[in-house]
Amino acid sequence: MSTEVLLKEFAEVAEHPHRVLTGYKNEGKKVIGVLPYFAPVELVLAAGMVPMGIWGSNKKTISMAKEYCATFYCTIAQLALEMLLDGTMDQLDGIITPTICDTLRPMSQNFRVAMEGKLPCIFLAHPQYRRPSFGLQFTVDQYMHVKAELEKISGTAITDDSLREAIKVMNRSRAARRNFVKLASEHCDVITAVKRSAVLRAAWFMEPAVFAEKLETLNAELAKLPAANWTGKKVVTSGIICDNPKLLQIFDDNHIAIAADDVAQESRSFRVDASEEGDPMMALAQQFADQDYDDLLYDEESNKNRRGEFVAKLVKDSGAQGLVLFMQQFCDPEEMEYPYLKKALDAAGVPHIKLGVDQQMRDFGQASTAIQAFADVL
Amino acid sequence: MAKTVSPGVLALRKVVDDVYADAREAKKQGKLVGWSSSKFPCELAEAFDLNVMYPENQAAGIAAQRDGEIMCKAAEDLGFDNDICGYARISLAYAAGKRAARKFDPETLEYIIDPKSGKPLKDENGKVVIDPETGKPKKDPKTMQPYTVLDDIHEIEALPETTEKEIAYKNFRREAIKPYKQMRIPQPDFVLCCNNICNCMTKWYENIARMCNIPLIMIDIPYNNTVEVADTNVAYVRAQFDNAIHQLEKLTGKKFDEKKFEDACKHANRTAQNWLKVCDYLQYKPAPMSGFDLFNHMADVVTARGKEAAADAFDLLAQDLEQNIKNGTSTLPFPEQYRVMFEGIPCWPKLPNLFKPLKANGVNVTAVVYAPAFGFVYNNIDEMARAYYKAPNSVCIEQGVDWREGICRDNKVDGVLVHYNRSCKPWSGYMAEMQRRFTRDLGVPCAGFDGDQADPRNFNEAQYETRVQGLVEAMEANKAKKEDEAK
Repeated sequence: MSTEVLLKEFAEVAEHPHRVLTGYKNEGKKVIGVLPYFAPVELVLAAGMVPMGIWGSNKKTISMAKEYCATFYCTIAQLALEMLLDGTMDQLDGIITPTICDTLRPMSQNFRVAMEGKLPCIFLAHPQYRRPSFGLQFTVDQYMHVKAELEKISGTAITDDSLREAIKVMNRSRAARRNFVKLASEHCDVITAVKRSAVLRAAWFMEPAVFAEKLETLNAELAKLPAANWTGKKVVTSGIICDNPKLLQIFDDNHIAIAADDVAQESRSFRVDASEEGDPMMALAQQFADQDYDDLLYDEESNKNRRGEFVAKLVKDSGAQGLVLFMQQFCDPEEMEYPYLKKALDAAGVPHIKLGVDQQMRDFGQASTAIQAFADVL
Repeated sequence: MAKTVSPGVLALRKVVDDVYADAREAKKQGKLVGWSSSKFPCELAEAFDLNVMYPENQAAGIAAQRDGEIMCKAAEDLGFDNDICGYARISLAYAAGKRAARKFDPETLEYIIDPKSGKPLKDENGKVVIDPETGKPKKDPKTMQPYTVLDDIHEIEALPETTEKEIAYKNFRREAIKPYKQMRIPQPDFVLCCNNICNCMTKWYENIARMCNIPLIMIDIPYNNTVEVADTNVAYVRAQFDNAIHQLEKLTGKKFDEKKFEDACKHANRTAQNWLKVCDYLQYKPAPMSGFDLFNHMADVVTARGKEAAADAFDLLAQDLEQNIKNGTSTLPFPEQYRVMFEGIPCWPKLPNLFKPLKANGVNVTAVVYAPAFGFVYNNIDEMARAYYKAPNSVCIEQGVDWREGICRDNKVDGVLVHYNRSCKPWSGYMAEMQRRFTRDLGVPCAGFDGDQADPRNFNEAQYETRVQGLVEAMEANKAKKEDEAK
């Protein structure tokens, strides 16, 4: 299949997750919505169901969710609730609601209350002490709860074998995405910012095995191409999410390619694999423990600026000339870590801009001017 | 007429003043001083005789002293977004060395008085003295204050001190930092963080640890979705207590003192019980105190829970309140016509503005969520882990509603005033649903208003007054309806 056809297929999925959901339901599959962050989708797969990510919406407007939520909350969470209330996600068989940030904590309650009697909401609390044995045990305890709830929905027991198999599938999907991110930078003439985002976004909606296979095919096609003779600029993107095609079009219009990313919905979600050996539940707990350099997570060496320095190094290693930070409005963890990210970037001589974004943005005039001006100085 | 202050209140004030003074003295003597989140298990620090300051209490104090805005802005200049919790911003600015100070002339070393400050001058008959030149009230010079400016202790310390003039200037600039206790707390040598209230706390303390290059001792309490705390969750926190003890041993070079720990637990339990006893006086109708008093007394529960003096002071306050009941008096400066629950943290920079329309309408706050929230009572270390799991923002909606409806019923409220606090996402995040439940379950009206615990820019007085007015009208209608039904 040609690169162009594959990219179109990914774009189609990225653009119309609802159609994809309907497709699964028509095939008689059960589908579990998975909210951010770090939910073990392997458990959903092992229960014979399809995980679909819920990362808000670039098209909806907050209306019904106002009944539950004041205005000063991240739009990803608010729009997730909106889609649960307005019927967009009626076909789901359940959702998993992690609670790693201060918005998701009370929102887990709003989701559960709003969906009472309608949709099972599976609660998930991750520990901030991820690595010590007591932290690993806590993660296992929480995942056991998620497992039991998923089994109730699917009617299928999750066995060690099915879980190990699911881990293999997700590792394959993650590896394909990591490879794709590298290839996208090398072939940024073909993989524009808009197309790159569509591929990575599609991963949240497609069945993981199908996605991995399709992406491996695309990667193989890309590897055959000569490296781009890129005369534009290259940047690293950072933030929670930046999947709005209209916003990313500004990059393409200004010949700015994405060399790598530090985005929660993109690379941060597939940096770490789970072990395919040993106890699979512990392997998933260990995978969470291995997550690092993430502002959503506690850093036991917090008197150092590990994350800031990691991101600065990522920019250097990727060959990018600067960093564009998409600051999700009302996102405390990102906002709290910004001064030290800035410090590390400045120390490394990496120029950056911070763009305030939310999912209800429809006018990108200001962002366009800022990105254009930034590209000019790189 | 000067307000009379009861012995209990005086004792409570002294306890907090002593905590601050002891920390300043400890620092002078070269001892370690830590900063701690309000619901970190203080019993652990007490077991090591550590002096600890509480940034939340400090930030509330700074905000109440009207320096919240200048400190919040200082944090914003450091790159912290203005959406971040106001307490965190004030504390981070302070940790970075920023201070609110009094403006002075560097040549004469005299303060520069802000003509807008101060209270009107009154004559011997208590009448306001009018300035014949301007036709406006004259200011009482004793109450006038210098302009407030932002200073930086690191800049001050870097100043030269070779000539006499340089030394005098440097000393004056040090002294020009506002003299109230919250603006004079020592910089931390370690931080103690428990994120049971919010996850913002985790990032806030990580930032302090990084800014000051000091150790962070962390107790992580993940959010809980059920009323019960599962044994597995207790085990997770219990293991962290051992971990924290080990870290504190390393930090202090001392062994964990079981006896001191047990004493601290005993005091903390007694403080909690006496705090609850004091809060329960709001069940009397009319109440022997203004509910706003509790906001002030919270300082003791936060900063001195594990100290015997705090337990004693609350006991003394309970005796004062008992006396008020006998005498038919109250600290409320107006007759109580309505009783409400105040939901959330108060807007510290705007306390008088919060109080004004309540006073005008005879509304007493007879229930605050802090009553159950600080009532940590336990018998052993496992129960202690379970108790710390139940902070206001770490519990599920059912538990949160149950706490609130319990005190609303016990304290016989007619309505609920909900503060949608821009600083506190976890607290305000399920308030809309809670409001619906209060009305459904208790049949009382609720009114919400927008505000902030520390940043005065997020409070709109006109909106607040309108909402209070609406609440009073709804309570009035409810009362009339009940009276009609009783006929």
